[in-house]
Amino acid sequence: MSAPAIEIVGLTKDYTVGFWHNRTRRSLDHLTLQVEDGETLGFLGPNGAGKTTTLKLLTGLIFPTSGTARIRGRSIDDVNMHREIGFLPEQPYFYDYLTARELLDYYARFSNFTKAERGERVGRLLERVGLTSAADIQLRKYSKGMLQRAGIAQAILHDPQVVFLDEPMSGLDPVGRREVRDIIHDLKKQGRTVFFSTHILSDAEMLCDRVAVLAGGKLQGIGASGEVMSLEVHAMDVLFELRPGQDLPPGLAAKVTRIGARCQMEVPESELYAALDRLRAWDARILSVSPVRPTLEDYFLRLVGGASNPAEPRTHAVEVIAP
Amino acid sequence: MKPTSQSRAIQTAAIALPLLFVAIAVTQMRIDSRATSSAERQDELILSSPSAIKKLSLGYDSLMADIYWTRAVQYYGSRFAKHGAKFDLLWPLLDITTTLDPNLIVAYRFGAVFLSESGAGGAGRPDLAIELVERGIAANPDDWHLDVDLGFLYYYRLKDYPSAANAFLAGSKKPNAPSWMPVMAARVAQKGGSLETSRLIWAGIYESNKDPKIRERALRELKGLKAAEDESQLNQLADQYQRRFGRRPATMEDLRSTGLLQATPVDPEGFPYVWGLDGQAQLSPASPVVIPQAPQDQPKPKP
Amino acid sequence: MSSAPFPVALNTFREAVRDRVLYNLIFFALLLIGAAIFVGQISIGIERLVIINLGLSAISLFGLVMAIFIGVGLVSKEIEKRTLYSLLAKPIRRWEFLVGKYAGLVLTLVVNTAFMTIGLLIALFYVGHPFVASDALIFVAVYFILLELALVTAIALFFSCFSSPMLSTLFTLGIYITGCFAGDIRDFGDFTKSSAMKAITRVIYYLVPNFHNFNAITAASHADSVSLSLVLQNTLYAALYVAVLLVAASAVFSNRNLK
Repeated sequence: MSAPAIEIVGLTKDYTVGFWHNRTRRSLDHLTLQVEDGETLGFLGPNGAGKTTTLKLLTGLIFPTSGTARIRGRSIDDVNMHREIGFLPEQPYFYDYLTARELLDYYARFSNFTKAERGERVGRLLERVGLTSAADIQLRKYSKGMLQRAGIAQAILHDPQVVFLDEPMSGLDPVGRREVRDIIHDLKKQGRTVFFSTHILSDAEMLCDRVAVLAGGKLQGIGASGEVMSLEVHAMDVLFELRPGQDLPPGLAAKVTRIGARCQMEVPESELYAALDRLRAWDARILSVSPVRPTLEDYFLRLVGGASNPAEPRTHAVEVIAP
Repeated sequence: MKPTSQSRAIQTAAIALPLLFVAIAVTQMRIDSRATSSAERQDELILSSPSAIKKLSLGYDSLMADIYWTRAVQYYGSRFAKHGAKFDLLWPLLDITTTLDPNLIVAYRFGAVFLSESGAGGAGRPDLAIELVERGIAANPDDWHLDVDLGFLYYYRLKDYPSAANAFLAGSKKPNAPSWMPVMAARVAQKGGSLETSRLIWAGIYESNKDPKIRERALRELKGLKAAEDESQLNQLADQYQRRFGRRPATMEDLRSTGLLQATPVDPEGFPYVWGLDGQAQLSPASPVVIPQAPQDQPKPKP
Repeated sequence: MSSAPFPVALNTFREAVRDRVLYNLIFFALLLIGAAIFVGQISIGIERLVIINLGLSAISLFGLVMAIFIGVGLVSKEIEKRTLYSLLAKPIRRWEFLVGKYAGLVLTLVVNTAFMTIGLLIALFYVGHPFVASDALIFVAVYFILLELALVTAIALFFSCFSSPMLSTLFTLGIYITGCFAGDIRDFGDFTKSSAMKAITRVIYYLVPNFHNFNAITAASHADSVSLSLVLQNTLYAALYVAVLLVAASAVFSNRNLK
């Protein structure tokens, strides 16, 4: 069993607020979590939940009030830890008087590459993120999507083992998002550990091995996204078409939404076959039957709704998957 | 708890900063010990044209005047403490000050006393002092103080008694002029050159001035003049003694025993007078009082 | 020893160049050209004095403006523009970043001053004055100006670590002006009769950076010599004070949470 790539223990961050700096606001409350080597973890939560705070703590931009974290065995206080991580900040800004090529070359100088290696890497990364044609244009002329891509390039330029991405899809059009997803897939294939925060839940579902949900500064739950899903009660979604002139069959227990001849209804899983029999008897044309997958969104909203009531800690049957 | 990089930075600072500041102070002392000799040469005003400075002041004339006035005072004060220093920049500084603010009376008054003074206490340029004060009178026609200064300059530095009398007379006609001014005018016209008149002139300077340096200077002069007068009186008593006893008195006791003196005479600083070998009264060697040379013996002003 | 400050320094220099900071040289050139042309008409016999005085004063003034206005943004601008976020995730220590930014601005000032000095020498040559040995004092004066600028830059950098550009400018200017009059402050204290004032002004004198040490402009224009030991002592003084400011800045910045 190899050591976890990211090991966070009791990480806490308080800010002093108020004019006299006498009140504290706890922005992260004893976060404890582990990410395995090669795992992709999605970090979800509403705004202000503490996601960016966590990332800033792990990358050394802010300092913890208490608690520790280790990345690849090194404390977050160790500057050499940074050799093994890459970071894409939320809405990245870069030196706008530099070109993308110059920016990457600049950042590359903080790792021990030879000049030739640097040049080769920079070229390769520019190609990878699709910025080769714009490589020698100043960043101040870049669109948001292009900046995002430049940001990803600088995050993975030095082949870090652990990559932190803060809202990597934000500001991208569907093509751009697909490209970023592909890049994350590649990182996974290469066995790297990816830790990314997002509130695009479908992306998290698609890419992550596990998801962790943060709200109000506290970890609300963590588990494989499939696991999370399976615990919900399923309903089934039935799409059917009535014959011309036909009306709805009587006794259909479920609620039906109807547009012209097309109807859609949700039935609990246990009542599916009974409903289908009714429709068959009615000679309605069945178009599709599919599970109403409770999305991560439902799970998320339930957890977060509960989190606004701190007196009542949420308990739910999601367990941390032990290695 | 292992030291974080944050606390290490603070610890380094806590140790290094005091040490560095000590080193800085030591280095500064070394620089200063070297620099005193070259300080003499630092007498430079990059801009010495008053009209140019006035243009550059962009309307902040009186503020600039204040700054230059402060510099003039500090210049004089710092040079005064060093022996053998000259006061070459005093005139330009006062010139600039009064060009920037022609109503800054204190600057004219300061120049009247210290520009004209020769020797170790001033620039030795009574002509420039007169020019300065006359400019001041032209710009401030209702201020009697400057006429006192003009009278002082003509009387004391140039021995031009008629001009001095005219100055006092002109000043006495100005608003709020003190009543001693016309009296002074008359005295100067009649008895110019006497010790008594000199004392009155300096008393006038002392009374009408608020600047501590000027008052100090006037007081010194007054004490010296008083001492001169005392000596003169003592010498008269000694002459009487000699006529009676055929010799000069050797000590003050001699005079007292014969009833010519009531008590031991002391100078304005409290030191007893003594008799010189020539039989003339003298100040005690320990006394800080300085008897000024009589006005008629003052050196001619420089051209 | 890590080499992380070097790319930071070079990038800071590159930023200054791309921000067209060096265009101030054009104004300087125009100023000198004007002076060189007109000085012959205004004052005969002291052309050399005027050109040197004016040129060195301008070098000092332009450099000062640059040191302060760029200096106060060295750290605060990177925080405001959030470029620091991706940079600090790299293997670079906080103090290495500060040293790099500082060195970059000093490098810019050195390059700028070098060009200006060449311009000054050309102006002197134009005015018809053949170079004499005492002109070496010009280089001493320029060197002292650079020491002064290095010190002002360090002050600006220090404030940049925790204060907004406007406040930092005020503080830096305030300290600079106080430092220029440090000698007068000490003299004032010596002058007074109160020993408490004497002690206070002495302490201020040793605490505040004494910029009057670095004034060799008069000496250069009058061809007065400057001793080698003064050059060494001034260098030492500047180095020590810059060290103070960098250490203090590191302590502050190493503890700063980036919003």
